[in-house]
Amino acid sequence: MLLLALDTATPAVTVALHDGDDVIASSSQVDARRHGELLLPAVDRVLAEAGLRLDAVTGIVAGTGPGPYTGLRVGLMTADTFGLALGVPVHGVCTLDGLAYAADLDGPFVVATDARRKEVYWARYADSRTRLTDPAVDRPADIAGQVAGLPAAGAGALLYPDVFPQAHEPEHVSAAALARLAVERLKAGEELPAPRPLYLRRPDAQVPKNYKVVTPK
Amino acid sequence: MADEPLVLGIETSCDETGVGIVRGTTLLADAVASSVDEHARFGGVVPEVASRAHLEAMVPTIERALKDAGVSARDLDGIAVTAGPGLAGALLVGVSAAKAYAYALGKPLYGVNHLASHICVDQLEHGPLPEPTMALLVSGGHSSLLLSADITSDVRPLGATIDDAAGEAFDKIARVLNLGFPGGPVIDRYAREGDPEAIAFPRGLTGPRDPAYDFSFSGLKTAVARWIEAKRAAGEEVPVRDVSASFQEAVVDVLTRKAVRACKDEGVDHLMIGGGVAANSRLRALAEERCEAAGIRLRVPRPKLCTDNGAMVAALGAEMVARNRAASDWDLSADSSLPVTDPHVPGAAHSHDHVHETARENLYP
Ligand SMILES: [Zn+2]
Repeated sequence: MLLLALDTATPAVTVALHDGDDVIASSSQVDARRHGELLLPAVDRVLAEAGLRLDAVTGIVAGTGPGPYTGLRVGLMTADTFGLALGVPVHGVCTLDGLAYAADLDGPFVVATDARRKEVYWARYADSRTRLTDPAVDRPADIAGQVAGLPAAGAGALLYPDVFPQAHEPEHVSAAALARLAVERLKAGEELPAPRPLYLRRPDAQVPKNYKVVTPK
Repeated sequence: MADEPLVLGIETSCDETGVGIVRGTTLLADAVASSVDEHARFGGVVPEVASRAHLEAMVPTIERALKDAGVSARDLDGIAVTAGPGLAGALLVGVSAAKAYAYALGKPLYGVNHLASHICVDQLEHGPLPEPTMALLVSGGHSSLLLSADITSDVRPLGATIDDAAGEAFDKIARVLNLGFPGGPVIDRYAREGDPEAIAFPRGLTGPRDPAYDFSFSGLKTAVARWIEAKRAAGEEVPVRDVSASFQEAVVDVLTRKAVRACKDEGVDHLMIGGGVAANSRLRALAEERCEAAGIRLRVPRPKLCTDNGAMVAALGAEMVARNRAASDWDLSADSSLPVTDPHVPGAAHSHDHVHETARENLYP
């Protein structure tokens, strides 16, 4: 087994290779505006570090968000196209699950990432491997009651300390965690879902009003 | 010829997910998935809707193009992609796909210019482009007069719209007339039954002191809207056919007049017309008439090649391969305002090949 994992749903552009036993190479760069430029060179670097070529990969794991759409699509489009070119399966893993896995907490907690527009993407977990709620997007103040008293991992927690006073590492997802979680689930015989984006919001689309009258009154 | 470059091209600058395959100047496949219906109720292209549709459509469209062309991805000599100009988020989906595909297949990547691709596509219809070529590009996004001495390296802008694109004017007038979106085809249809001389609408930027090759359609749009509003205010019926015909005549009169003048001024005896508005029947007819009178040979690709598609990107990519232009790097970015003077985005010297060599050394030490 050789899995290539990647995630672009948070400000991190992160890539990892997992050979079935453990992660053998990885790269993470934080630059929210350059996912498109950074991802392919990162894949190339990680493969070179492992002394392997992409065609040795037996499967792709992609973080499906939720996350800001433009960056999120870079990772998903790359994963889909690798899958097509190599003829290998592409698995989707919720980005928040990757963060929860890396947070490595035993008790109940929350994962929250930055959804911009003063909102967070978030979900509640029973432990690092068990998500209790569907990923959602909300204003922190509106969910304060639901997250009260719980530790919270992710950049969303750091951004809104009033609502998430117990912020916990990590800030961003890592492909290494995503890969380890995917391998664990695959070894347990679980089917991983197709890599479909979790947008959670409808596209911004203003229906133009009737045309503006141009005749002066 | 079997030794001509076999190139796959990806286009996602607006609302069409296009994947085309060409061998040299021969079209092998032109697969397009359009999200136009999803935009219709908004009266214009919604960028986020377009980007989401590109992600969904990309892999099936690549598969369809390969099947239509009857070629294997392994046999490709390169992958070309629209690097710009266009909608930033939409472009990025295509660039991400092209980079991943090229990298996975071990093929060179060519990030190319959307406008130069619109010109180069004519090679698939009428054979190699004459050098130099005069090109009039008209669509919902562009209205430009371009002179190209070498489509892979030398494209010069002579003029462009200073406000609305020609296709935008069609969309806006269609909206005033309640004819829906997109406006080009429906206005063309109504205009066929109308009188182009019924109403004398203004011809923008055609005065003696105006820039010779620039366009302006904003004043025309306002004049047409005002004329329609006056009719409505007077309780009279709006003659949709005559308004369509007269408006369309004003647009194509200016476009063809300036294009022919540019050919004469620059001593160019060929004119190519591309972009979605090139499908307009009156533009084609009037251009034909005026070019013939001026001794200029007109080249207009079939309508499906004029609108945005992947074949045009593949056509320019094949030309890049044929002329040994440098491939792009793996950090190629989508550039929503890529200048028309950059037909492609070459990588820093040799670094592209270097990446491949490194990878190969690692596998076969
Ligand atoms: Zn175009």
